[in-house]
Amino acid sequence: MFKKSCLSTALAVLLVQSFNASAISDADLQAIREQIQQLKQSYEQRIAQLEQRLQAAEASGKQAESAAARAQADVRQAVTRPASDAGRSSENAFNPAISLILGGTYGSLKQDPATAATGFEMGTNPGHDQGFSLGESELGISANIDADYRGAITLALDPAGGVSVENAYVQNSALGNGLNLKFGRYFSGLGYLNEQHAHAWDFADQPLVYAALWENQLGEDGVQVKWLAPSDTFIEIGGEIGRGRGFPGSDRAKNGAGAGVLFAHVGDDIGIEHSWRAGASLHQTRAVDRASDGVPDLLATPDGVSNSFSGDSSTVGLDLVWKYAPNGNIGDRYVKLQGEYFRRKESGLLTYDTAGAAITDSYAVTQSGWYLQGVYQFMPQWRSGLRYDRLDPGTAQVGAPNAGNVIADHAFNPSRISWMLDYSPSEFSRLRLQLARDNSRQALADNQFFVQYIMSLGAHGAHSY
Amino acid sequence: MKKFLYVLLLLPLGGNAQAALNVFACEPEWAALTQQLAGDQASIYTATGALQDPHRVEARPSLIAKARRADLVVCTGAELETAWLPVVLRESGNRAVQPGGSGYFEAAQWVRMLEVPAKLDRAEGDVHALGNPHIQTDARNFLPIADALAKRLMQLDPANAAHYRQRLADFDRQWSAALEKWARQAAPLRGVPVIVQHNGFPYLSNWLGLKKVATLEPKPGMEPSATYLGRVLNELRQQPARMVLRAAYQNARPSEWIAERARIPAVMLPYTVGGTSQAGDLYALFDDTIQRLLAGLK
Repeated sequence: MFKKSCLSTALAVLLVQSFNASAISDADLQAIREQIQQLKQSYEQRIAQLEQRLQAAEASGKQAESAAARAQADVRQAVTRPASDAGRSSENAFNPAISLILGGTYGSLKQDPATAATGFEMGTNPGHDQGFSLGESELGISANIDADYRGAITLALDPAGGVSVENAYVQNSALGNGLNLKFGRYFSGLGYLNEQHAHAWDFADQPLVYAALWENQLGEDGVQVKWLAPSDTFIEIGGEIGRGRGFPGSDRAKNGAGAGVLFAHVGDDIGIEHSWRAGASLHQTRAVDRASDGVPDLLATPDGVSNSFSGDSSTVGLDLVWKYAPNGNIGDRYVKLQGEYFRRKESGLLTYDTAGAAITDSYAVTQSGWYLQGVYQFMPQWRSGLRYDRLDPGTAQVGAPNAGNVIADHAFNPSRISWMLDYSPSEFSRLRLQLARDNSRQALADNQFFVQYIMSLGAHGAHSY
Repeated sequence: MKKFLYVLLLLPLGGNAQAALNVFACEPEWAALTQQLAGDQASIYTATGALQDPHRVEARPSLIAKARRADLVVCTGAELETAWLPVVLRESGNRAVQPGGSGYFEAAQWVRMLEVPAKLDRAEGDVHALGNPHIQTDARNFLPIADALAKRLMQLDPANAAHYRQRLADFDRQWSAALEKWARQAAPLRGVPVIVQHNGFPYLSNWLGLKKVATLEPKPGMEPSATYLGRVLNELRQQPARMVLRAAYQNARPSEWIAERARIPAVMLPYTVGGTSQAGDLYALFDDTIQRLLAGLK
């Protein structure tokens, strides 16, 4: 301000002195005053502008300086941060992971789905649902319990409205030395498909051999121990003892173990594009008064009869999976081929027609089945698959008293061929179409058609191989 | 005799018995960094290839077998490997490498995460709660990660601590020099508008000053549809981009579709070590990345 007024006064004095040289009138004087006033104003404006510019220049200079310093720092470092977000702590921060699978199927079948595959009436036929049905909806909750234990539960929501406990187990992976311990209720580690949950199946239903020999899946209450060899090749052996809850066991309630399983898996990669796993398993149990309903007999009793079996059941299985993906990039395209074979030998006592004649005598049979399937993801999100199923009901050795009642030789091998196409709009949703030519029941060939949705909400856990 | 038997037993199992540490690296960049820091003191197995989508890997038997014998697992973390690593570690029966243990190292813990979502909703696609996990595209991130990783190596293998400290110092010096070189080389890239195929480059953009104007995936992890690509193409008329970026593991089609119609180059970046034949090690990874970006400008 001081500078400004000095300058304007000096200018005014100069001007006034220059005009003093000649005689001037009042009017002139007035005009000069006005001019001086204008000049003063204009200079004041100019000076104010200059001051503003100076300030701005100073500020931007500082900015440039600090930007340069920051750039220097940027070159070295992407702003590190201390490794803790641990500020948050509230009760629900430790809530377990919750995942909900919503699944449903529309099934169109020409034959009554309650009829079991010919020669395989000893278990409860899992069958299919006709029309719209709530398929494989399930609720899963899991979390680490402490540094050693992890717990998981899967509740299956039954279409009829009930809830059943599919899995409820505790796992300890911290034993070291390749040991893995699991106890509670779990899917047995036998075969390849047995451990997979329904939402991870590649088809809308399980292969016939799983439906007929394991009632879709063998769930067990018991203890499982696995050991992984310290080798570059995957070599795992495992054993289970359990209650014998699921078929072919009869859920017996007594001390000791009701069923035992042994399994071994070997697997590896071949280059980066191929991977495989092969396995063998053995399952043994003893069934007591295991009931089977609607069993056809030699007398052609309408709707069949109810039988009961007590005896030993021993099943061996082989499984093989091979996967191929160009460059090992499964997000893009891949091929997955898998096949499994199971062979079951049962021997004991069979009571024919428990509700009527009730004749008990010896019974032994060896049954087997296999499937082979291929799934091809031909472009991201789209997969197509083909599966062939086949069962052999075997020829039973029936004791003389029942020889005229029980069918020993069905002279028929159930089979089925299925084709599916599925589309996954995202990792969390899948829509599937499946067609099947079902020839699993003698003289009851069926064309089946399924539409299925599988949606995954909440936590999305990792899938096994 | 007993000794001989042990040796016999170990022979087929040992693989690389003279190396002090068995390291299981989830992605090639961490294998390369471990290699820089440990030299021949570590025998390193890389779980995924540069042409694999690291989000979508399977818990293959071979991975479980390798994790069984690992002393140290080095991964990105931030949920990048959430689809497979938890199963691999659980099934490995290896106590040392379980999350929380000293044998489990997550690189993402040591850098500032970008794009941490304020709201978690799957309607937004495959978002990661802890932020965008593709941290390896910003070369500056390797300094703090190397520092933390070297400390972990010293902790696990104290006998060779001096070796790791020396190698860390060497790496620090060389990498800092390289960072200055890259910053100079990449100067013309500052402010350049780009399209990305997958939202996998926020760290690269943050580092080099690229400006992302569009993403070809409608939501993270979702394949772009033709309709959506058409819409992106339309938007490009208002807000043009200079090039379209994709990682080596991604399908070339969407970027090429856009590139052809928008008349801009489609630039494939190695994304990690081995993504291109030029990106043979960590230094070459960023040399090649910047060269490819600069070539896209022309």
